[in-house]
Amino acid sequence: MRSIRIGSGAGYSGDRIEPAVELAEKGDIDYLVFECLGERTVALAQQARMKNPDAGYDPLLEDRMRAVLPVCASKGIKIVTNMGAANPLAAARRTAEIAKSLGLPSLRIAAVIGDDVLDACKDGDLPIMEFDGTIRQLGNRLLSANAYLGAGPMADALHAGADIVITGRASDPALFLAPMIHAFGWAMDDWNLLGQGTVAGHLLECAGQITGGYFADPGYKDIPDLARLGFPIGEVGADGSLVITKVAGSGGAVTAQTCKEQLLYEVHDPAKYLQPDVVADFSQVRVEEIAPDRVRVSGGRGTRRTDTLKVSVGYVDSYIGEGQISYAGPGALARGRLALDIVRERLKLTGVQSSELRFDLIGVDSLHGAEVSARANEPYEIRVRVAGRTESLREAVRIGNEVETLYTNGPAAGGGVTKSARDVVAVASVLLPRDLAKPSVRFVEA
Amino acid sequence: MVKLREIAHSRTGDKGNTSNISVIAYEEKHYPLLKAQVTSERVKAHFSGVVEGEVVRYELPNIAGLNFVMTQTLGGGVTRSLALDAHGKSLSSALLELEIDDTGL
Repeated sequence: MRSIRIGSGAGYSGDRIEPAVELAEKGDIDYLVFECLGERTVALAQQARMKNPDAGYDPLLEDRMRAVLPVCASKGIKIVTNMGAANPLAAARRTAEIAKSLGLPSLRIAAVIGDDVLDACKDGDLPIMEFDGTIRQLGNRLLSANAYLGAGPMADALHAGADIVITGRASDPALFLAPMIHAFGWAMDDWNLLGQGTVAGHLLECAGQITGGYFADPGYKDIPDLARLGFPIGEVGADGSLVITKVAGSGGAVTAQTCKEQLLYEVHDPAKYLQPDVVADFSQVRVEEIAPDRVRVSGGRGTRRTDTLKVSVGYVDSYIGEGQISYAGPGALARGRLALDIVRERLKLTGVQSSELRFDLIGVDSLHGAEVSARANEPYEIRVRVAGRTESLREAVRIGNEVETLYTNGPAAGGGVTKSARDVVAVASVLLPRDLAKPSVRFVEA
Repeated sequence: MVKLREIAHSRTGDKGNTSNISVIAYEEKHYPLLKAQVTSERVKAHFSGVVEGEVVRYELPNIAGLNFVMTQTLGGGVTRSLALDAHGKSLSSALLELEIDDTGL
């Protein structure tokens, strides 16, 4: 039976680069996938593109491509990535320039375009899923609307001979499903194969999270050599059989436990994992260690895809202002609480306009709130944090300022103030009738 | 009594304003304990002040795991939250504090 080996070279936009080089050099892989597009990254990239039409793709595109292109070209490893962000065509052109500068002019580079569905969403004035309102009601706060495309266009690009496929918004598992569809000729209505392929893609898409990252807990879940964490490889057979492994000698571990945790990561109903190409069913999946760092994962299934595509809508939500200050030693907690009381009163006295405020004691209750944290002991040092949501940057700045003035006006021995104010680009979702998205593939010459 | 941490491991994921936490038995024989004692109601009570929506539990006997989906939990959504841990990635550690009655094991 035919099989392919797919390496996962990045689990988010800022991820480590050398594990991908290690995969390409020593992983005996056929495909290298980089998943680099977070929920709101496209919206931020769209802002960059509005300022410069040649911008709007992943800021690390150049570093990643320069690092892996020579070895990928020499070994015939194909690359699939969503580093196109808000501008896949510009990313493809830039990659072509890089390939040329590295003496690799024969690489065939394809961009998948058409995930930008802003106009279709506006035309339909689609309702927003997370809150009451429609697309048009966002007015000039609306930045972007990008559909989660499926694997089809990427598989088409591979079929047409692409060595490198660069897409914008696509479902993360679809980046991995595309090579399987291309290599094995899976039918786009073979729901069980697409479901099992989605299991593979889902397990691989966060890279180090299945090889021991986001996992280690000393004394309970020990993982060797996290500083040299190896990224995962999926060995996929034409029948959907799957083994997760990694490069021999790299850091980390692939175990039944790491695979089970990642299987449920960001999953709601495991029997209905909605994807553009299939409704995947993870509920019957089995996980089995067959050798050190080799785990067999089977039992993924699927049912017919839905008639809509999820669209990620980026918009300017608000502004957030924040300030922090530290206290230590005897009485640190009491001084921290006093500091919070002072800032709370000052924000009222000075009339800072905010719709939501948050008062944290980092080291005490900032992560899980006062109730969950109530049984904890008093720490040696604590950090006061005040954050607030405002309608303007100017108001946001005032929040951090009220923390800063604690230096000379607040409790004893407060130090290490930091403050910030920023605009908040948030994302919401709409469902777009599938046929209104019209993805296509464009080749760019190196 | 033992802490949940002694018999299970856990990971948090996020989507919008919803957090999900997996709870997976280290050993299959402990899965019935998880099923009986780590209920949606208990998880919701444990996260008092954190979860403002509902807690729905899904069972995965093949991997001896449970998946808890908690709505209205992430400060209005990961991309707009005022929280330090906007993703709620640290929540799984709080759940592992649950007390489990292991009498008879």
